[in-house]
Amino acid sequence: MESKRFNDYSKENSFFASRAIIAFLLVTVLMAVLVSRIYYLQVIEHDRFTAISERNRIQLQPVAPRRGLIYDRNGELLADNRPNFSLTLLKEELQGVDETLARLREIVELSEDEISRFKRRLDQRRRPYETVPLKFRLTEEEIAKISIEYHRLPGVQVEADLVRAYPQGPALAHALGYVGRINERELKIVDPNNYAATHYIGKLGVERYYESLLHGEVGWRKVETDVRGRVLQTLEQQDPVPGVDIQVSLDAKLQQFTAELIENRRAAVVAIEPASGEILALVSNPSYDPNAFVTGISVKDYNALRDDLDLPLYNRAIRGLYPPGSTLKPFTALAAVDSGSVPLDHQIWDPGFYQLTAGGRRYRDWKKDGHGQVDLNHALAESCDVWFYDIATKTDIDTFSDYLGRFGFGTVTSLDLPEASAAILPSREWKRGRDNLPWYPGDSLNLSIGQGFMIATPLQLATATAVLANRGKWVRPQMLKRVIAENGLDEIQQAQLAELESKPLPADVKLNREGNWDEIIQGMVNVVHASYGTARKVGAGTEYLMAGKTGTAQVVGIAQDAEYDSEALLERHRDHALFVAFAPADDPKIAVAVVVENGEGGSRAAAPVAREVIDAWLLNDYDNALRDE
Amino acid sequence: MIRGDFQRSMDARSLRRPDSLWSYTHLDLPLLLLLLALCGYGLFVLYSASGQDIEYVRRQAVRMGAGLAALIVLAQVPPRTLMRLGPWLYVMGVGLLVAVLLFGVGAKGAQRWIALPGFRFQPSEIMKLMLPIMVAGYLARHPLPPSFKSIGVSLVMIAVPFALIMKQPDLGTSLLIGASGVFVLLFSGIYWRWILLAIALGAAALPGLWMVMKDYQKQRVLTFLDPESDPLGAGWNIIQSKTAIGSGGLPGKGYLEGTQSQLNFLPESHTDFIIAVIGEELGMTGVLVLLALYLLIIGRGLVIAVQAQDSFSRLLAGSLTLTFFVYVFVNIGMVTGLLPVVGVPLPMVSYGGTSIVTLMVGFGMLMSIQTHRQMVRR
Repeated sequence: MESKRFNDYSKENSFFASRAIIAFLLVTVLMAVLVSRIYYLQVIEHDRFTAISERNRIQLQPVAPRRGLIYDRNGELLADNRPNFSLTLLKEELQGVDETLARLREIVELSEDEISRFKRRLDQRRRPYETVPLKFRLTEEEIAKISIEYHRLPGVQVEADLVRAYPQGPALAHALGYVGRINERELKIVDPNNYAATHYIGKLGVERYYESLLHGEVGWRKVETDVRGRVLQTLEQQDPVPGVDIQVSLDAKLQQFTAELIENRRAAVVAIEPASGEILALVSNPSYDPNAFVTGISVKDYNALRDDLDLPLYNRAIRGLYPPGSTLKPFTALAAVDSGSVPLDHQIWDPGFYQLTAGGRRYRDWKKDGHGQVDLNHALAESCDVWFYDIATKTDIDTFSDYLGRFGFGTVTSLDLPEASAAILPSREWKRGRDNLPWYPGDSLNLSIGQGFMIATPLQLATATAVLANRGKWVRPQMLKRVIAENGLDEIQQAQLAELESKPLPADVKLNREGNWDEIIQGMVNVVHASYGTARKVGAGTEYLMAGKTGTAQVVGIAQDAEYDSEALLERHRDHALFVAFAPADDPKIAVAVVVENGEGGSRAAAPVAREVIDAWLLNDYDNALRDE
Repeated sequence: MIRGDFQRSMDARSLRRPDSLWSYTHLDLPLLLLLLALCGYGLFVLYSASGQDIEYVRRQAVRMGAGLAALIVLAQVPPRTLMRLGPWLYVMGVGLLVAVLLFGVGAKGAQRWIALPGFRFQPSEIMKLMLPIMVAGYLARHPLPPSFKSIGVSLVMIAVPFALIMKQPDLGTSLLIGASGVFVLLFSGIYWRWILLAIALGAAALPGLWMVMKDYQKQRVLTFLDPESDPLGAGWNIIQSKTAIGSGGLPGKGYLEGTQSQLNFLPESHTDFIIAVIGEELGMTGVLVLLALYLLIIGRGLVIAVQAQDSFSRLLAGSLTLTFFVYVFVNIGMVTGLLPVVGVPLPMVSYGGTSIVTLMVGFGMLMSIQTHRQMVRR
């Protein structure tokens, strides 16, 4: 080749062209190498590889992890996994959907509903070569019958998996939530690898909130399958990591007992341990069987639940929006007294009504003839409305909103109840924002007795009562008691727990005068134990001191000067009965909120339920005295 | 068009290249059509290889669109500008490679990515273009064929990014980048005896390379030499891909009908091993169509290199084209069991973002070289 520097353009040009031609020849030769390799594989060795490919039924299959179990505070099993055999179809192998279904109908019973839901699932987006379930919970007889006909049914399989079971049934449905089959929307959100074999996902409540703890990590196995994709043997397996078991703070026995207490009512009960914030019972009645939702509820059954006038799907305990009525009075009284808006010994004369201006609208007391001379203690114990109307005119609305907000009204303070409602804490800004109207003195009057704009959930009432029982120390209402992780937690699980711990706790309620706690709590003790207390009946014969407050919330407004006649009102228009309580008053172990829809009097319908719950918890007295009446 | 006729008559007299509207785009039509055909073929195959997930196809199409936009932009940049910017780009690329080793993120024990808020990228991809620009620019500024000193300097320029990427470690990419630099040297007129000497030295250095390789890299080589020794472990990929291709035969099993591909026997079927899907489902016919497209693209690239009018342009064009071929050869060689498994995607067909954009940018440079020529009078 040349040994001199190029000093000539055309020389360089031709030299470069020669190198480019050599390069192209080299490329062509190497391409020919590739082609001959392809030819060797695809033509000469074709038969051998076809044979391997035919035999090659070794597949990598994902294995679903076992979902973590849920126990109550005493180790009672609340959510279990039970083996289930389901009839599934593999679309890719099917020889005609309708023909196969017709043949299957000769062997096993298939309802119209099962078939229509199967067809809906078949049309949904799914992973390639993922089977579509047709019928769940096969009996042994059905499995045997299908096995005999296997050879005539390409694409038909009997698959074994674990299905969630809730042994405690409807009583825990609202507290725990449930899992159900993953739908298309959820499939887009979850990690496709980790959920490659998972068919169920937490849909509601604890099951939904702790999904990442409960789910676990997918495993894999190399399996040899036959021509139709049926597994012949497992060659190698990487076991899935089961989800962690968790213990919730609920007491299953107390929960069941509470559910029994309100079984024929539309009602909700929330019981909290004030020292820890742990929810001991969270009952909403009527309820439903969560087991029905796991493998998919039929349209007919679902519509029946959805259209039921008693709203069994509605979680009253955490989403029920009720005017708290007189159960709010301890908090409004505290606001008025502690802010100095009225003196501690503030007294009024109650003629049975209150007028903002002489001759103006009469705000009525629940007691027609009035309570006479009333102070803070009697106002609480006898639930005197007029005393509260009076302090409402002397207390600024901002003060009310501030104090009520510090007890958690108008916000979601619970740790792990994702569906909980914030309800409504009225304030000057809130009303301006909603109606563009100023706050009127009459609004304050209604607020002072827990009526008007004020809305709270049973969970909020129980929480506020627990904070009151703690004399202002905040605890967060929560379902999680303990994570049972023998093998440690993975990153996602640790992240969820860290997120829980980082949730800010509301600031403790600090009073201007510490002694005001005792004033309010004494008033609540007198509600239950004084001879003039509105709930004196439930206080009879208790071994402990109970602090409580009755409440009766209007469902429909009553016209000026009209009589409230419960007989004439429709059942659904009757007042809601409420009761909040904690006990023992000097060393609180339990705080309870009870709401009985259309139960009329708080003392009659709600307080006895609370008494039973407290007796059960403190005295282990699970004797249902309500049933005996 | 009156103006067109007028223009043509003017051209006839002044012997000037006609300024058609097309020439303003600085795009090379044959190359563009070939690339579009290749992209279309790639998307068609990807739909099957991804388990018939249109979402993969959509995302890949978006990347191809982005790559095409980058191609059009780069086609406007005259080669002279590239040559001038070369050293700066090279220094920036080396800086990024150092940054990767210091602050990079990665997976499976390799650090390859720089994460910026919003997106992450592989600086080694950028280097694939920076290095040939740098070396071609350097050699073009000196008399050709290069002196011994020029070759030495060029080799240092190549060795720095090569070593940095080896350290990540990313054997496949470092070899590709080393090749892109060496190709520049080969086109520069370096003497054959030196080339032969280098090959001999390289062969002698192989045991040394073995010493510095990571365990998983050694494993790949061992697996390549005897895949059946570990049929369920590292040899799995090669056995499955050979079976997929072999069982496809001449006509193939039919689109979306490949049992190996669709039954998840074939790992990485939508990324590095996608040629196995083509082999299985579209058969040898499908593979030959693909190889023909690649050969035409490479041929066009070399034509552009030969027609280029300055040393820088021809060295860069030649190197870019041959590097593209190395991609094709290494990938197909690896999937068919001719070469050990190194992570090299099948250009424009494998699913994955950075390599498509880098390749398109490279083709943009080729088009710029082709369309910024001037009539040379010497």
